[in-house]
Order: sequence, then structure tokens, then C-alpha cells
Amino acid sequence: MDISTILQQIFNGLQLGSIYALIALGYTMVYGIVRLINFAHGDFYMIGAYASYGLFFAIGTLVASSFSGPTAAIVLFLIILIGSMISGGAIALLANQFAYKPLRNKPRLSSLITAIGVSMFLEYFLSALPVVGPSYRGFPELIKKATYNFGPAIVSNYVLLDLGVAAVLMIFLTVLVKYTKIGKAMRAVSQDKDAAKLMGINIESVIATTFLIGGSFAGVAGLLAGLTYPRIYPYMGILPGLKAFIAAVLGGIGNIPGAMLGSYIMGIVETFATAMNSLIGEGIAFAILIIVLLFRPQGLLGEKVADKI
Amino acid sequence: MKRNLMFILFTLVVVLLIGFAFAGCKKEAKEIVIGGVGPVSGEAATFGQSTKEGCELAVEEWNAAGGLLGKTIKLIYQDDKGDPTEAATVWTKLITQDKVAAIVGTAMSKCSLAGAPISQQYKVPMISPTSTNPKVTEVGDYIFRACFIDPFQGTIGAKFAYENLNARKAACIFDVGNDYTKGLSEFFRDKFTELGGTIVAFEAHPTGTTDFKAQLTKIIAAKPDVIYISDYYNDVALIAKQARELGFNGPLVGGDGWDSPDLVKIGGTAVENGYFTNHFSKDDPRPIVQEFVKKYQAKFGKVPDAFAALAYDAMYIMLDAIKRAGSTDPEKIKKALAETNINVVSGLVTFDKNRNPIKSAVIIAIKNGQQVYQATVNP
Repeated sequence: MDISTILQQIFNGLQLGSIYALIALGYTMVYGIVRLINFAHGDFYMIGAYASYGLFFAIGTLVASSFSGPTAAIVLFLIILIGSMISGGAIALLANQFAYKPLRNKPRLSSLITAIGVSMFLEYFLSALPVVGPSYRGFPELIKKATYNFGPAIVSNYVLLDLGVAAVLMIFLTVLVKYTKIGKAMRAVSQDKDAAKLMGINIESVIATTFLIGGSFAGVAGLLAGLTYPRIYPYMGILPGLKAFIAAVLGGIGNIPGAMLGSYIMGIVETFATAMNSLIGEGIAFAILIIVLLFRPQGLLGEKVADKI
Repeated sequence: MKRNLMFILFTLVVVLLIGFAFAGCKKEAKEIVIGGVGPVSGEAATFGQSTKEGCELAVEEWNAAGGLLGKTIKLIYQDDKGDPTEAATVWTKLITQDKVAAIVGTAMSKCSLAGAPISQQYKVPMISPTSTNPKVTEVGDYIFRACFIDPFQGTIGAKFAYENLNARKAACIFDVGNDYTKGLSEFFRDKFTELGGTIVAFEAHPTGTTDFKAQLTKIIAAKPDVIYISDYYNDVALIAKQARELGFNGPLVGGDGWDSPDLVKIGGTAVENGYFTNHFSKDDPRPIVQEFVKKYQAKFGKVPDAFAALAYDAMYIMLDAIKRAGSTDPEKIKKALAETNINVVSGLVTFDKNRNPIKSAVIIAIKNGQQVYQATVNP
């Protein structure tokens, strides 16, 4: 492998990692607050992709006629970006309200099974809905593709978009958690739920906010995935959801910087392992993860606690 | 005691009556039931839709012309969702519950490989319209197909790339979890090397992935003249897009898995300069082809693809065999199928000793988002 190929592969890995990161953050935040592995999280990502798709066909022509040239594309992208966030966040809130909240004080296994149920419900319900259906759909090209030479590597505007959106959202989340009141409340709840309650923190509203943020990030990931890999279907969330979950575990589940780090490691390792031997590439990537977890069971940045699942 | 006896007698009478009612149903049927299977939903949904329509059109024509052996033909079409487990389920249902005389199906090799052993076990003749993997008919002597097989497609693809596109260095990319795409790439590699070319990269990808950039970066670094993509259309579209994004502008070649309107819908301009081997082209000037295209368009309001044509052919071959057999006895149908010599849409079909048809292939190019007939290649 020469240097230009390596550089190119790093970009490929970073792009893949950005999408994993946006999903993994939701996994890790929800786990941090309520100790629930929300297996339906990958499906919030799918909902985000479908919402973007629907929104494009609903308002695409309207926006194109009211604005001219590149402004139209930017305005349309921003509207759809917000739409994907709202839809992902809304579905996460609903899942929390109707499926997870009633089970809050029940054994943790019940919530876990419920999460799998929510996941399957979303997948099969959308496949059965005539407007969505089980077949693949081509995702529209919102932004015209352009490529730039970055040294010896070729980088498209989609790569920059994925990296950029992920970076902005990750900075936003870090600031939110570190410097705002709600962020402080989230940290307090994740450390000690009962003590937080005694201090007058409304636990349920903190949990709802966490689901809202996590779901909206997954929604954005769905939009970016739709743009980058323009093919969507109701089961598209399963594989990325699983990989993002593993990335979150690798980084240390419950730890926000850990999820980001884990996702990028996951993306890059997967890319390089595949490039080395495509037949067993994914196997190599997962073997490395197992080895890391053997030596650091709490994940790369996770803290050692006794009660992990 | 007396009441108990009465109750037993009453029960006996009821059981007998039910028995008679069922016996009454066992009269000679006025229909010949043919099973159809295809992936009407799932990852290859357009294959299933097309094969279903092809079968329906053929059955409709036969029924309009007086049916088969004096009976009407009833088609029961099942969805295998492109999933081998599902295929095995519907196969068993068709044979044990619907009592079909024969099965026309299914589209994808991995699903036909799940159904074929069941057909063989119950001795129900089966013809797959489009499963090109050699292993399908190797399952047993009741299994036939209406399409040519992977070695032939891979070989024609390699010949075309080497001779017509003047490629000397080629790369392959295929789905490691799918017998069809793996087989095609392997036969392409063998023929291309035999002709004197070099395979500079031979890359697999896992099923269901959407990111092919790791493999494509490696392929493009090896500077091939042509990339052979043996996947199905929806993966081909993504691979083509990512290959173009990474700076590959050369021709892309593939097999009949490309044949879908969704290829251009998802792939857009990235699939331009793409060529694939196929069973049929709607632009083929032969009268039987033109007649079929006209009838299909009248019924379904769209142009038939190769899947529709092959399903139509498969149904014709099967019905013709039953007609020549003179009965629905599976042994006789099997014998009649082996002796097939019929002129159908995809050419003059006869079967070799492995129950694979001997016929010609066409090369189709993608130009300005349209499929353009390029050439016919004989075996």
C-alpha cells in the first residue's frame, strides 16, 4: 500500500466513522442515563433517512422554485437536515414515552427485550405501510457531487459534508453536556439517579431530553447515509446500528468522547482490514475489537464499574 | 350408560359425514395447478415483479388458446422475499398444500438452491427462469432452468472485456455471501486470465454493506482498465457511484443482475459506460421477441426486462413439456422437459445433459440512462 492509497483509505474510514459516531452517541448517552441498551436506535436512523426522503419529495420543487441556483440546494438541505433531526428525535421521544418509561423501575432485562421489540415494530410496520414498502428506494441527490484533489487523495464534497456535520454536532453536544444547566443535570443523573432526584432534578425530563438529542443525531446520520449511500430500505438500520453499538462499547459505553473515538477507530479499522483482505476483512475488524475488550473490558475511555451488562 | 352410547353413536355419524364430505372433494380436478415463486419484495423486488408478470402473461395466453390437456391452468404465485429460508417454506407449501404439478421459480440462485432439494424430494418438476449458478440443476434430475449458467456469463463478460473493450488489466468485486456473484467473478477471472489478461484485484464485500470504498480504493490503486461488478443492480449502483467518486472513469462490466430500471434510478450517471451480459434485449429484431414485447406492454404498460422474458419462456417450456407428456405424471414431464426443442423469446432452447439450456447471449450497454442492444454472442 503506497502513501496515497493510505491517505485515501483514511478518508474513507473517517467518513464511515462519522456516520457511526452520530449513531453511537445516542447509544452511549441513553446508556449513560438509564442504563438501557436501546437496540431500536438503528431504526431511528432509518426513520431519519425516510423522513428526509419524504421531505424532499414534499417540498423539493417548492424550494427549487422560490430560490435560485446554489441557494436553493443549501436551503433545501438545511430544511431537510432539521426535518431529519425532528423526526429522529420525535420517534425516540415516543419510544421512550410509550415503551421504556412504563418499564423504568422493572428489571433491566424487560427494557432490553422491549427495545428489540420496538426495533422490530418500526422495521416491519414501515415495510407493511404501502407508502414506504419493503423495497429499496434510490435517495435523491440533494447536492451536486463534486470532487477535490486533496494531495494524492480524491475527496468529494459528501465526505467533507459528513465529516463537517458530525464535527459540528459533536462540538455542540460536548458544549451542551459540559457547560449548560441541562448538561449538568444529565451528568448528575448519570452519576447517581437518586441523589439527583433529591437535589430537585426532574429525572424524567432529563431522560426525555437525552432521548430527543440521541434520536435527532441518529436522524441526521440517516440523512447523511442516504446522501452518501443513496439507497434506503426499512432494514437499513440493523447493520450500522449494530456496528455503532460495538463502537460505543469499544470507546466505553456511557462515555461521550469514548463513543466518538470508538466510532472513528471502528471506521478506520474496518476500512483497512477490508483493504488488506476483503474476504475476511470485517472478521479482522471484529477480532481486533475483541482483543481490545479483552484487555480493557470497560472500553477505551470507560471507567471501571461493577454493574455492566 | 345409555346416554353415553347415544353420544358415541352420534359422534360416529358426524365423523362419517365429515369423511364423506371430504371424499366428495376428491373428484377429478378441472384445473392444472402450476406453482410460481419469485422475490416480489425484498432486495431484488423488481426481479420478482417481472418474473411474476412473465408467468402470468404466458398462462393467460395458454388459457386463451384452450388451456392444457383440456383443463385450465391455474397459477399460484408465491413471494420468497429473496430469502432462502422463505423460499424453502413456500416451496413446501406449494407442493404439500396446493398440490402443484410443477414449479416455475425462482429468480435468485441462493433461493432456487433452497427450493430445488424439496422439488427433487417430492419429485415435482421445477424450472428456474433466471438462477444462473451451476449448482442449481446439479441438485437432481427434476431441476431445469431457462437461462444460461454463470460460467457462460462470466466467460462472455471476459471475452467482451478483452476483445471488444481491449482491456488487459481487470479487477473484480463481488458479494462474498452470494453464490451467484461469487461464481460470476470466478469464471470471469479464469477466462480473462486464459485470454492473456491480468486480474489486478479480486475483492469481496459482505452482504448488505453500503460502503465499498475500502475495496474500490485498493482496486483503483491497481489501475485496472475495466472493473467487473458481478453484483445485483442495487449494489452495482452504489459501487459504480463510489468508484466514479474515487476517480475511476473506465468501463464497468457485469452480468444479468444489472438488469433493472432501478440501476439507472439509483446509479444515475455513474453507470454510464457500463456493459452487461444478458439473456434478452427488447431491441432484438426477431419477430417472436417483438411480438412478446408488444403483448407485455399492452398488458402491463411497460417494457419487459430479461426477467419477464425468461419467466415467460420458462412457463412456456414447462407447459409445452406437460402437453407433450400428455399427463401431469412427474416422471413423464421430466422426460418431456429433457427432450425440449422449442423456439422461445430468448432463443432456440434445447437442454444439455445437466439440464442447462444451450442458447445465445446478448451484450447490453448503458447509454444516456438507456439500455442499448450491443451484440449477440453465441455459445
